Amino acid sequence: MSTSVKDRKPLGLKIGLWAFVGIWFVCAAFPFFWTLWGSFKVELDFFSIADWTNAIFGRNTADTYGTPFTLAGYDGAFVQEGFWRNGINTMIVCLCVVTISLTIGTLGGYALSRSGQKYVFWLLITALMFRALPQVALVSGYLPVFFDWNVWGYLPTAIIVLVAINQPFTLWMLHSFFESIPKDLDEAAKVDGCTQFQAFRHVIIPVMWPGVITTGLFSFLLAYNDFIVTSLILNESNRTMVPQIAAFLGTTYTEGNVMFAVAAVVSATVPLFILVMFFQRQIVSGLTAGAVKG
Amino acid sequence: MKHRTFFWFFAPTAAAMLLFIAFPIVSVVMQSLFVPHEAVLIESENCGPFGCTKSTTVDQSATEQLRAEKPLGRFAGLSIYTDRGHLAFAEVAEAWRTSDSIGAFFKELSDLPFYRAMGFTLTYTFVCTPLLIILGFAIAVAVNSLHRRLKGLMIFFSLLPMIVTPLIGSLILFWMIDSRGVLGQLIAYLADDPSLSLKASTPLMWMSLIVYGIWSSAPFAFVVFYAGLQTVPQDTLESAQIDGATRWQQIRFVVIPHLAPLVTFVALIQLMDNFRVLEPIIGFQAEAHAQSLSSFIISDLSGETQQLSSAATTSVLTIIGVAILLSPVLVRTWRDFRGGAH
Repeated sequence: MSTSVKDRKPLGLKIGLWAFVGIWFVCAAFPFFWTLWGSFKVELDFFSIADWTNAIFGRNTADTYGTPFTLAGYDGAFVQEGFWRNGINTMIVCLCVVTISLTIGTLGGYALSRSGQKYVFWLLITALMFRALPQVALVSGYLPVFFDWNVWGYLPTAIIVLVAINQPFTLWMLHSFFESIPKDLDEAAKVDGCTQFQAFRHVIIPVMWPGVITTGLFSFLLAYNDFIVTSLILNESNRTMVPQIAAFLGTTYTEGNVMFAVAAVVSATVPLFILVMFFQRQIVSGLTAGAVKG
Repeated sequence: MKHRTFFWFFAPTAAAMLLFIAFPIVSVVMQSLFVPHEAVLIESENCGPFGCTKSTTVDQSATEQLRAEKPLGRFAGLSIYTDRGHLAFAEVAEAWRTSDSIGAFFKELSDLPFYRAMGFTLTYTFVCTPLLIILGFAIAVAVNSLHRRLKGLMIFFSLLPMIVTPLIGSLILFWMIDSRGVLGQLIAYLADDPSLSLKASTPLMWMSLIVYGIWSSAPFAFVVFYAGLQTVPQDTLESAQIDGATRWQQIRFVVIPHLAPLVTFVALIQLMDNFRVLEPIIGFQAEAHAQSLSSFIISDLSGETQQLSSAATTSVLTIIGVAILLSPVLVRTWRDFRGGAH
């Protein structure tokens, strides 16, 4: 049936659709491939003023290094500037943020879905309002306090702040996920004499992983992609990747080492690329979960 | 669930949100009402063989004591809100009195830093949001008509601009539309003006920031609408076909009404996110041409001397802006809730 509907499309419409999809595909994917390709060139090729085909064939790179591909940018970023340390910091931050925010978010989201009281609605609305607050505004609230207590600049501070900023979103997502697990399951366990926590522990935890993994992906993305919190709260030696890239921009434009920043940008994109490759289904279902609920 | 059990389950996340979201709001409000103490100065006269000289020195101990006694600083009331860097009441009144047309008044207004940031933020929010919804819908309809294998591939590549770190995404685009980048050169070639540069032109900079905003958020609208398209009732669509509806009429009268709640959802999320736009301005190094409310706060916070009071004041004003933006939604939810309760 559906194929017969498809066959009836006039040729002009078909061509139009293909062209449109093609243009969007180029818009979405081309910048990434262009930058990946360019990251193995020298700056004169990456920003090729004389002849734009230099960016493809790398003539200046070949003049300098003998081959049209060079790892000079990566060498500069990782060896000379120690970008790997920022990578390790990012890993620590993401791992801790995901673990902590899922632990407390799961408990909270589960409680919200099983309570049935009127205040649940207000708690969810409050969480929505918290979600809408600009993070910069919150950070400017922390700064004087953190300076006073001497906790500014350290990874644990940034982790706790990111966990808290993450909570409203995590709660919403896990709440709507737990709503979809039948209440009869834990009710039955409670009838058999379990406390609420035991019911959660033995009945809900074994079946909650799909929703938790999806929520965890988004917590990871939030922590990984954060710029505001990490750039304003971490000091120079504890920087994660994103604020370090921003710092590269300040210093490298003067030194003429833009390629360090390009190499760092490409390196920081690779984990996201892999993530989307393996978890595309979960990401799509997570994005639409909130929408379907309205 | 008993209130007691609920409390223990909910306590950790509530504590996190209270301490790090609710408390900072109180903190910025307090900071915006106080300014730091000025140093206590002592004026002393030194008389020597060549006459007397007056010198002023900072009385360190008195300053320390004052700061210890009143750690919040000097109470300033609403004066920071009305100063030139923020709402600039005096300047606005002056501009209103002296300018002879509305256009001239807005031009005066755009010279004030806060209103300039506000102007860009609102333009960005209200231009990006509708455009990205339209683009996302068009992509969803187009991709939905593709072969199954191709759909997966398209979704994968469409997700990239949205998933990638905003700062990184904006840098990737910026390096291409920079006057030395491949797109920048193409634009200069098409416009037949080799000196055309993004960094030199405010309208061009605004346009490229908005293009970035649409590029990075259209995938979100696309994915949500694409999921919605899978649930369009097939029998309604078929009866519309039997009734002789054209393709466009099917979309207009069956598909779009079905997706209407999703449009509200996407619009709400995107209004919230676009209102706090920051990363593209940093990535595009656009501070000279476009400031958003967020980047305005950042430049206060990260300057040589941190202007905490000024940043806090802008933060409070931004929070009020978000509240106004969200108020239609909140009112509607409140009505629904009241309606549902009866």
